Amino acid sequence: MFSFVARRLAVAIPTLLILVVLSFILMYAAPGGPFNSERPLPPEVLANIEAKYGLDQPFWKRIYDYIVGVVLHFDFGPSFKFKDRSVNDIIAQGFPVTLTYGSIAFLVAIVVGVSLGVAAAVKQNSWLDYLAVGISIGAQVLPNFVMAPILLLTFTLWLGWLPGGGWNGGQWEHLVMPVIALSTSYMASIARITRSSMLEVLNTNFIRTAQAKGLSMRRVIWKHAMKPAMLPVLSYLGPAFVGMITGSVVIDSFFSTGGIGTFFVNSAFTRDYSVMMGITILVGSLTILFNLLVDVLYAWIDPKIRY
Amino acid sequence: MLPNPVEMDSVVDAIELSQVKGRSLWADARTRFMRNKAAVVSLILLAFVALFALFGGYLAEWERDFVDFSLTGRNAHLGVPSFETGHFFGTDNNGRDLYARVVQGTGISLMVGIVGAMVAVVVGTLYGATAGYFGGRLDGIMMRIVDVLMSIPFMFVLILMLVIFGRSILMLFLGIGLISWLDMARIARGQTLTIKNKEFVEVAVATGVHPIKIILRHIVPNLLGIVIVYATLLVPNMIIFESFISFLGLGVQEPNTSLGALINEGAGTMQYGTLWQIAFPLFFFVVTIFAFFFVGDGLRDALDPKDR
Repeated sequence: MFSFVARRLAVAIPTLLILVVLSFILMYAAPGGPFNSERPLPPEVLANIEAKYGLDQPFWKRIYDYIVGVVLHFDFGPSFKFKDRSVNDIIAQGFPVTLTYGSIAFLVAIVVGVSLGVAAAVKQNSWLDYLAVGISIGAQVLPNFVMAPILLLTFTLWLGWLPGGGWNGGQWEHLVMPVIALSTSYMASIARITRSSMLEVLNTNFIRTAQAKGLSMRRVIWKHAMKPAMLPVLSYLGPAFVGMITGSVVIDSFFSTGGIGTFFVNSAFTRDYSVMMGITILVGSLTILFNLLVDVLYAWIDPKIRY
Repeated sequence: MLPNPVEMDSVVDAIELSQVKGRSLWADARTRFMRNKAAVVSLILLAFVALFALFGGYLAEWERDFVDFSLTGRNAHLGVPSFETGHFFGTDNNGRDLYARVVQGTGISLMVGIVGAMVAVVVGTLYGATAGYFGGRLDGIMMRIVDVLMSIPFMFVLILMLVIFGRSILMLFLGIGLISWLDMARIARGQTLTIKNKEFVEVAVATGVHPIKIILRHIVPNLLGIVIVYATLLVPNMIIFESFISFLGLGVQEPNTSLGALINEGAGTMQYGTLWQIAFPLFFFVVTIFAFFFVGDGLRDALDPKDR
């Protein structure tokens, strides 16, 4: 087990480095510096500022400093547009918000998706099955940026039940729509995967044996069928997690929740490269960490995997 | 001695019987696909959407970038969809004909999806087939590269690229081409591993056929079924991907548009009661995605029988 984790880490760390180098090269290749503006600064002043931020250094020195700063001090450097805030401040402000509604949406997608899928598989070809399949097919064509306006239209404009946006310290009224919009399409995929893998497991011999022993259906499902049926779902969680984080960009710009996505999009429009890089690297490391976690969990649950 | 006529007839029958045309894999697949009603209906719908994107522009009575200033501020009353004004789908918030814009948006979205799928088919298949066929260390390295690329949050990197190098359709295609082939490479490799031990490949190796030729002549044609299925399922994902970027206002640039950008615009103005501005693009988006998913599912059932 230990060597398995070590081997996965041996892949994960270079991946992260590649991501850092890639985004740094992209920023380096960008035309114009961060201090080129409509009204050009006097060249001497510009040179002073660039010296302060180390922009006059050669490429290798700069990338070395950046990587050292990120890896050793978790310091993504100063923002190029906000005078009084570093990239770290911006992440510290936005990330908790994203994490809050993101993890709730993630849990909702898993719990609802798995229960829907299991219910559909156990009662195959009943109205429940058709309903679950119908919902999961319908929800597949409703990615977050389609779901968000539909929800807003229904609950805010027509029914007037929920506020149209804002965060307000994470009150539940402000959480409902972001969570639904973010989780719907993943819930649908999880339901589909659960249903088909559960059906497959229910047709195997060991389940028939368990039923023949006279175990109750509930016990068969929970005790015997659940674990093998969850393996395909587990391997889908990695992509789903990435999708959720990416989706936060839409959620933030639609519901003005003030998460990390707001800052990413804003910095994309104002060309605040250091903020963009910082967020990209943060998301990348989270992704890699999460995939590692899923792999380890998978190896732990599935005895067929040799490590 | 001559055989009697009855015997002769039965011999002829036997010869005719042996000449009965065998059904090919593809003919089999076609019958299976045709039996799937949802898939056939979706295919017809897709044909209509494609016709709409290709030729719908000829029916438009307004240019897609013509701004009708007389409608400014009175969109909710005067810009409604009607045949009399020639704005079949109404006008957008700036007084432009929504019909012409939806035609163009559908076209660009379809193009993005198809280009992404084509890159996946060409690059992904060849990459996966090469890795799978040669195996060993080369396979290890090539697949590690895919693993590494897969765990990069590409949406963020692509947005970074679009911001740094400027927004253009070319850049969008490049970005979509960069990620679309990864899954396909894995699928093609897995399939190649099972094919390369078949007898016909061994024969080709034994007769000294060049490895590249073996891959192109013997491996790739046998991958085709599974590749087609996944390419079809990839198209809607690429359309969603592009729409996502355009929704943020970072994709296709004005006066060009895509379904994602139109949905975004419509969503921004729906509180003024101009619901058609979101309804029409949303309708085409949902129909296209739905139809592609159903056709893909139908193809999978038809071409990949073990996966049922």
